[in-house]
Amino acid sequence: MTARNIYEQQSANKRKTVIVMGLFAVFFGFLGWGFDVYFFRFGQGGLPFPVATIVALCFGGWSAWWSLQNGASTVLSSSGAILIDDNDPKYQVLRDVTDEMSIASGLPKPHLYVIPDPDPNAFATGKDPDHACVAVTEGLLEKLNREELQGVIAHEMSHVRNYDIRMMTVVAALVGAVMLLSEVGLRSGGFGFGRKRDSSSRGSGGALMFVLWLIAIILAPLLAQILAMAVSRQREYLADASGAELTRNPNALASALQKIDAAVEPTKSIKKGTAHMCIADPLGKDINNKEGFFAEIFGTHPPIGKRIMLLHSMAYR
Amino acid sequence: MGPFLFLVIFVVIIFVWVIAQYNKLVTLRNQVTNGWKQIDVQLKRRHDLIPNLVNTVRGYMEFEQETLEKVIKARNAAVSATGVADAAAKEGELTGALSRLFALSENYPTLKANENVQQLQEELTSTENKISFARQFYNDIATKFNIAQQTFPGNIIAGMFNYQASELFEVKEAAEREVPTVNLSLKK
Repeated sequence: MTARNIYEQQSANKRKTVIVMGLFAVFFGFLGWGFDVYFFRFGQGGLPFPVATIVALCFGGWSAWWSLQNGASTVLSSSGAILIDDNDPKYQVLRDVTDEMSIASGLPKPHLYVIPDPDPNAFATGKDPDHACVAVTEGLLEKLNREELQGVIAHEMSHVRNYDIRMMTVVAALVGAVMLLSEVGLRSGGFGFGRKRDSSSRGSGGALMFVLWLIAIILAPLLAQILAMAVSRQREYLADASGAELTRNPNALASALQKIDAAVEPTKSIKKGTAHMCIADPLGKDINNKEGFFAEIFGTHPPIGKRIMLLHSMAYR
Repeated sequence: MGPFLFLVIFVVIIFVWVIAQYNKLVTLRNQVTNGWKQIDVQLKRRHDLIPNLVNTVRGYMEFEQETLEKVIKARNAAVSATGVADAAAKEGELTGALSRLFALSENYPTLKANENVQQLQEELTSTENKISFARQFYNDIATKFNIAQQTFPGNIIAGMFNYQASELFEVKEAAEREVPTVNLSLKK
């Protein structure tokens, strides 16, 4: 990975958010176009407008916009996160280390949430550093000491600072939208096959396009998830490194990761769609601890062992 | 008409470039000032907490009056410090006095068990951390400001508007600089 400073990192992330949104828009357009050509006979004496294309594009654009505005609160409420009380002495240390990290990073204080779940985990969400939210589980507060908690919060604050949170929140919402649309597409696709046999207006070229279109619909949810995972994995290494830069104490984050890894039970409160946002995989899948081709494609997180090793190597530099 | 137009465009470009450079320096200088204010806020918080802590622990640590006096004295000196270098030196001494106090408090189990003291200690620990993180942030931004002033082309603009390099918040205290002496000879 080439060394990039924080401002280049931020603009790269903002740019990538736009690219991802563009890719999804193209895909939505493609889905709609297939509908128009094969079911509404657009351009073949059927409907005069590409209705489905317009509808799909609007739906895609709307879900991207909506995810930017409401993604954070959806993610938080779906994992049962509760905004902490500012005067509760139980969360004094959590508040303190968060204040410390907001000073170290020069960012505004994020809103703090606690998830009532015994498994240690944490994630950050929000559309920009001014509207950032950091959520941690009860288990994390229980199992980690002060320094380790500081390391985890520093990791999350790096996600905030790098604009990873915007990217991740938008990706989470769009993956959901793709799954929904492709489901709709597939169901009507089955119905479309029957109609196709009756019609003799289409040549073999049209049939080939139709097959490609169907394949795209079937593969879309998988591709969308792979994209989300690939985006997520790179971010984790980077957040580890810049988190260590904030605390200047990489060993604390390493030992926090060890404790999070040692707690084997999956984090039940955190849903599948939010998995790529967490500090460690909440689903406890084996694949994230392996290296190699499949892990590179299907893992949401890099292997924890490798992350710990990298953090230790930072400490001895 | 041709060369004249070219000259006008050239002057405008230079002018816009000077404005951009100047604004960059102003932004950095404000960030440095703000960074220093952040340290200041935390230092004040620490100064406010210390009398509280000393009063709470006095009853438990009657044999450590000297250490407590040292903390109070260092605190009063730090409150009256002026300028970055002076503040850095005096705050460094205060940090040293406080860490001696915390090390000694390990000998008093009843003190450590006191809920009030625990809360104060967490507050002080957090404040200490905040000071060092604010210092880290200040030094990073002040270094950036100084580099912008000293490298080309920033040095031309900085010279034109009489900019001065900011001081870094350095640890001046002897105890923090000293290499610890380790005695490994076996006692008989």
